[in-house]
Amino acid sequence: MTSTVETLRQRVNKALRSQKPETVTVLSCLLAVEDELGYVPRQAAEEVARFTGSTVNDVWGVASFYTNFRFQPPGRHRVEVCWGPSCHIRGVMPVIQRALQDLGLSGEGTTGDNAVTLRYNTCLGACANAPVISVDHRLMGRITPEQASQVLSGLKSTEEPSHGP
Amino acid sequence: MAPSFEHISDRAARKWQTLTQDRPWIRVGTALCGKAAGADEVVSALEQELERRDIDASISEVGCLGPCFAEPLVDVSTPGGARVVYGGVTPEAAAEIVSSHLVEGRPLAGYALGSLDDGESNGIPRLSDHPMMKLQRRIALRNAGHLDPCDIDQYVANDGYAALRRALTGMTPDEVRQEVAKSGLRGRGGAAFPTATKWNFLAGSKDPVKYILANCEEGDPGAFNDKGILESDPHSLIEGMILAGYATGASMGYVFIRHGHNGPIDRTWRAIEQARESGVLGRSIFGSTFSFNLEVSLTGDSYVAGEETALMESIEGKRAMPRYRPPFPAQVGLFGKPTNINNVKTLAYVPQIVLNGGDWFAAIGRERSAGTAILCLSGSLAYTGMAEVPMGVTLREVVEQVAGGTPNGKKLKLLQTGGPLGGVLSSEALDIPLDFDAMSQAGAILGSGGIIAADEDSCVVDLTRALIAFCQYESCGKCFPCRSGMTHLLEALERICRLESRPEDLTLMEEIGRNMQAGSLCGHGQLGFNPVSSALRHFRGEFERHLVDRTCPVGTCPTPWSSPTSSRR
Repeated sequence: MTSTVETLRQRVNKALRSQKPETVTVLSCLLAVEDELGYVPRQAAEEVARFTGSTVNDVWGVASFYTNFRFQPPGRHRVEVCWGPSCHIRGVMPVIQRALQDLGLSGEGTTGDNAVTLRYNTCLGACANAPVISVDHRLMGRITPEQASQVLSGLKSTEEPSHGP
Repeated sequence: MAPSFEHISDRAARKWQTLTQDRPWIRVGTALCGKAAGADEVVSALEQELERRDIDASISEVGCLGPCFAEPLVDVSTPGGARVVYGGVTPEAAAEIVSSHLVEGRPLAGYALGSLDDGESNGIPRLSDHPMMKLQRRIALRNAGHLDPCDIDQYVANDGYAALRRALTGMTPDEVRQEVAKSGLRGRGGAAFPTATKWNFLAGSKDPVKYILANCEEGDPGAFNDKGILESDPHSLIEGMILAGYATGASMGYVFIRHGHNGPIDRTWRAIEQARESGVLGRSIFGSTFSFNLEVSLTGDSYVAGEETALMESIEGKRAMPRYRPPFPAQVGLFGKPTNINNVKTLAYVPQIVLNGGDWFAAIGRERSAGTAILCLSGSLAYTGMAEVPMGVTLREVVEQVAGGTPNGKKLKLLQTGGPLGGVLSSEALDIPLDFDAMSQAGAILGSGGIIAADEDSCVVDLTRALIAFCQYESCGKCFPCRSGMTHLLEALERICRLESRPEDLTLMEEIGRNMQAGSLCGHGQLGFNPVSSALRHFRGEFERHLVDRTCPVGTCPTPWSSPTSSRR
């Protein structure tokens, strides 16, 4: 257990030290942690506080404000569904309903088998090709409920995020 | 020592010669819109096909040309031959295009969106004659989709950094500000404040440390032109920021982007690194006494972070909550120092204004709304995408010509402009010119240029619920009339959409709206009732049918509905 925590601390510190901008802040550190781990565990928040010379309370204050931060480990695959007005008009609600039904979720969250974490996003930035979802950071536009269902069933059977086509 | 401008412009000219004259050049749009349509697979297919056939051609990943509806777009040119943009290209079509256009020298009319040659090629009409392109006048988007954003040489070969050179070698900071004043440029982030006036405030400060911030938070759903500029032509923003720094005496800048939009972020970083290597950013730029540096600052998910004082809080690493004004940012801004914040689009115009003169820009568009409007067209429209048209073009022309009307012949019902806070406009009120003042008189906001269209199949109450759900989710929570008011508005709208409204819901919403307007620090709460009030203004009857008759005239309510759980509620 100690070694797992130690490995985590090392990964976090490496991420904190290798940030691209010279202006390093609590927020930039939290984003670096989330990029590295996919979530912000308690130990990481402590490391961020130490690294930036702030208090753990300050760090949680920032982390709990920005809605992207998660405090539980994500599932193996991350699916984001755009929920903004452009996607709404182009029929994202049926896509969401189908995704919830297929994944057995009632809203945002992670499936029981830890295969998929579903999140809503206010805008994925490809509004001209709405409705849009992103699967392991890959954008898919003009998606139908059927296509979404197909993509999700593919994810449930694969272990690692698919980066290829 | 940093290379001179002559050195980089010679290098750029040689590279441009190779790209355009020596061998075929294939450009693939891999902006967010292209990627969402499968452009990455098309790039791989093209690379494989060129290798398989042993063809010596350049492939560049470019940004967004504008017609996102036809993504993935592939632009193929051959030395002395035709240059054709193909649309809706699949990996299989990519192989066909290589075979026909590059091997047989015969552009493939079947996939062609238009030709970029002066006349027709093989019966393919000019892209500039396409209804979406015909009314366009491209200034800030002039390079978008044409140049590789990750290649500074392509930018330099097309007048890039020439404005900076002109300013640094022949203009005083005062003269640069005067040129911008003459242009009549007003901010494109939504507030339409005169840019030169803002710059004068900052120039007036004697503090040795000042900041230039470019706002690309762009949290408005339906707005993607700031990200579009960053992933299509980041050097135009960088050049604009350096010019703003020179004009105001600032030597440090930040490009503020929401994390997670990796295309725009990576391309901006790449452009900053290239600008540093080429001596465009850094100490003593082009041998002058002026120095400027720049970096990207990422924010977490927070719509209010796009508000200029909340933005500074976010760069400082804090919660993105608005500050009280005064003091204004030009007095006490980022890290307590004088700061100027401009939208990405505003800054991207500046190099062209310095290069061509303020009078040139002022002559485009309208009297008090000079220049162009950069629009993001989405929703129920045939030609969705990014377009730049002169100010003065009417909303009707935008919708019916540039955007090609609704797909499938549905009747247009409403437009949602200027972001969720901009509210909705009925399709009957479209004879308004794109003009900051005319639009605001008509009760609409041009905002950052987002135009979302809904057709007769959309229920206005359902759409209003979606807009308020967004506003509720994104309230930063600092002012309770906004935080609490949004939640109650959403609950009322959810009841109305379930056809379970209470008799007092309409008056309740109106009262909440008044309180939000009076008691909120920033536009989020002050304008937060707009989606409801504008919908009531144009579609009161439809609301009343839901409220009184408990029926949805469009026949969609109660629709399935799911909204995220906000951590700030």
